Amino acid sequence: MATITLQQVEKKFGSAYAVQPMDLTIQDGEFVVLLGPSGCGKTTTLRMISGLEAVTSGKILLNGRDVTWLHPSERDIAFVFQFFALYPHLTARENVAFPLQAQSVPRDEVTKRVNEVLKLLQIEHLANSRPAALSGGDQQRIALARALVRRPSAFLMDEPLGALDAEFRETMRAEIKRLHLSINATTVYVTHDQVEAMAMSDRIVVMSAAVVQQVGTPAEVYYDPANLFVARFIGSPGMNLLKGRYSEGVVSFGGSKRLPVPAAWRAAVDQVTQGGGELIVGFRPEAASVRADGELEATVYASDLHGGFSMLHLDLGHENPIVHVRASRQEIYPIDALVRFSLDPNMVRFFDPRTEKALQPVAEVAL
Amino acid sequence: MTATTPRPTFEQSGPRLPVVESIRVDRVHPRARIAGSVRATLAIILSLISLIPVFWIVLTAFKTPTDVTAIPPKLIFEPSLTGFVSLLSDMRLLSQAEQEERSQQPDLSWVDQIALQIGRAINGPSQYARQLGNSVIIAGTSTLLSVVLGLLSAYAFSRFNIPAKGDLLFFILSTRMLPPVVVTIPIFLMYRSIGLHDTHFGLIMLYTVFNLSFSVWLLKGFIDEIPREYEEAALVDGYTRLQTFFRIVIPQARTGIAATTVFCLIFAWNEYAFALMLTTQNARTAPPSIPSILGSGGIEWNTIAAGALLFLIPVVIVTFALRQHLLRGVTFGAVRK
Repeated sequence: MATITLQQVEKKFGSAYAVQPMDLTIQDGEFVVLLGPSGCGKTTTLRMISGLEAVTSGKILLNGRDVTWLHPSERDIAFVFQFFALYPHLTARENVAFPLQAQSVPRDEVTKRVNEVLKLLQIEHLANSRPAALSGGDQQRIALARALVRRPSAFLMDEPLGALDAEFRETMRAEIKRLHLSINATTVYVTHDQVEAMAMSDRIVVMSAAVVQQVGTPAEVYYDPANLFVARFIGSPGMNLLKGRYSEGVVSFGGSKRLPVPAAWRAAVDQVTQGGGELIVGFRPEAASVRADGELEATVYASDLHGGFSMLHLDLGHENPIVHVRASRQEIYPIDALVRFSLDPNMVRFFDPRTEKALQPVAEVAL
Repeated sequence: MTATTPRPTFEQSGPRLPVVESIRVDRVHPRARIAGSVRATLAIILSLISLIPVFWIVLTAFKTPTDVTAIPPKLIFEPSLTGFVSLLSDMRLLSQAEQEERSQQPDLSWVDQIALQIGRAINGPSQYARQLGNSVIIAGTSTLLSVVLGLLSAYAFSRFNIPAKGDLLFFILSTRMLPPVVVTIPIFLMYRSIGLHDTHFGLIMLYTVFNLSFSVWLLKGFIDEIPREYEEAALVDGYTRLQTFFRIVIPQARTGIAATTVFCLIFAWNEYAFALMLTTQNARTAPPSIPSILGSGGIEWNTIAAGALLFLIPVVIVTFALRQHLLRGVTFGAVRK
């Protein structure tokens, strides 16, 4: 088991940054997800930790040991690939035994440990099949077994569920999560699927355009996005973001649509807008509640049933974007009907339109 | 200025003829099915036609000199090993008296008896046996060298960031851009002055150099097809680059290695012009020798056919042994993905 520390690690291809200098400490036994759209540098980061990609500058420490320039085989980590990378000329059992043979483990010890792992993952019946004869899910189970068998100090997984069918994905997600809980190994997991990231991680590292946007627990990333990118990227749909004009404690979105700024945010908002100016207001669909005395008025643009609730798409008019709001599934909202909704003051966030960064409430400071 | 061209309609861009063939096996248009069997029949007929010379060589090799020249040609005859015996042995003509004397001898070996049938006695092994041996040594060694060296450099070209990679690859290929025969005279002169003339090493080196460009390019294609993840997985699993090469790359490049081996072997085995120019006695290979087996009393067709047949056998054996890899290999490198 290990802690992984990245110190000012960066990667350049030519003059372009693949990963801008980043600092990150992953605690022993932690499950950290690197999340971001494709091309954001998350896989490059993972490959630098594994040693498959050389860093341009910076340091990587594994358990305090500087491994920046060590060969991948000397780092004692396991890598699970998106396309499994099972050796096609070997059977499942031989694939799992392969890492142990590199360490010249005695033969009966190899057999014992391979059997243990196959049993742990409940894939003993597949031991003698070739990878080509197996389903995607089973191939990934064997790839996991191959990673586990060596008892490495850390696991690196590069979109391990990306190549699986949707139905397998849910099952494998639960299996990996369970596996992590039972062996409690430090895991770094790369994905572009934010649902996966939310479901599995202890902490999420959101990356975009080679830059780390935010590091935090799933709840932090969801409720307190550090900037507009994270606000839009996390959640489906993402956070509703409305651009308004602020003055004297009220944000107006055109016409009579106004929202009072909660007291905790007043000082911060005043400071950023210097008493009045443009401001971006963000809220999650579940922060809004449709009610007759709501302070914001909108017309129904569309509505769809999501099983447990309905998602209303509301048009505020005045060139505001469509906002998405959760509503009771029992009510029926005809298109173009007028509705009113209010926002939970605890769940409204504010962003500076110039820096795109989230504002911090200063209520605690004032107390 | 790029004016926006209207998108072509289906009539313009779509198929002009009705699609009669489908890759789905369960739904094949009857017309396509008939076309399919016609094609198969044609293919069989064509391959039979192309096999006629080989068939004729085999027949001729087992004929006696009299059967060879019989008119009309004999399809059914008593097989004889005369051709092979006179190919592989050096013989002298016997006079009538000597023939009778020898036929009385009880301890004649079966080879001597065959020689006696055409009125000759065996002095010893012929040059051809030795030349066939030379061919095996030279073609075998140069094939081995070209495949091993080609595999190593193909791997490097495929996986590592080599400065001026494209230029180097072009340079390697450019050695193939003129007909080799053009350079026979300069090479002959060079070989003579540095003492490589008529040596095994000289021909091995020459054939290896000729084959290398081919094997590097062919093998690079095959290695490019092997996903890097396999090697990366092995690297992370604790193997060194070299171990990974032997345990992961080579098993997966088997098809390519087999195909390259066969092609290199066929080239080195069949090479005629250089072998004729650069060798005389010591390192002479089989191809330039076959035409010189003309014999003393007229053209001995059965001997020549036997020579050609013996010459074919080693390549056929190797190709046959590797045929499974080869059949996949020929289409594999080109089409996948």
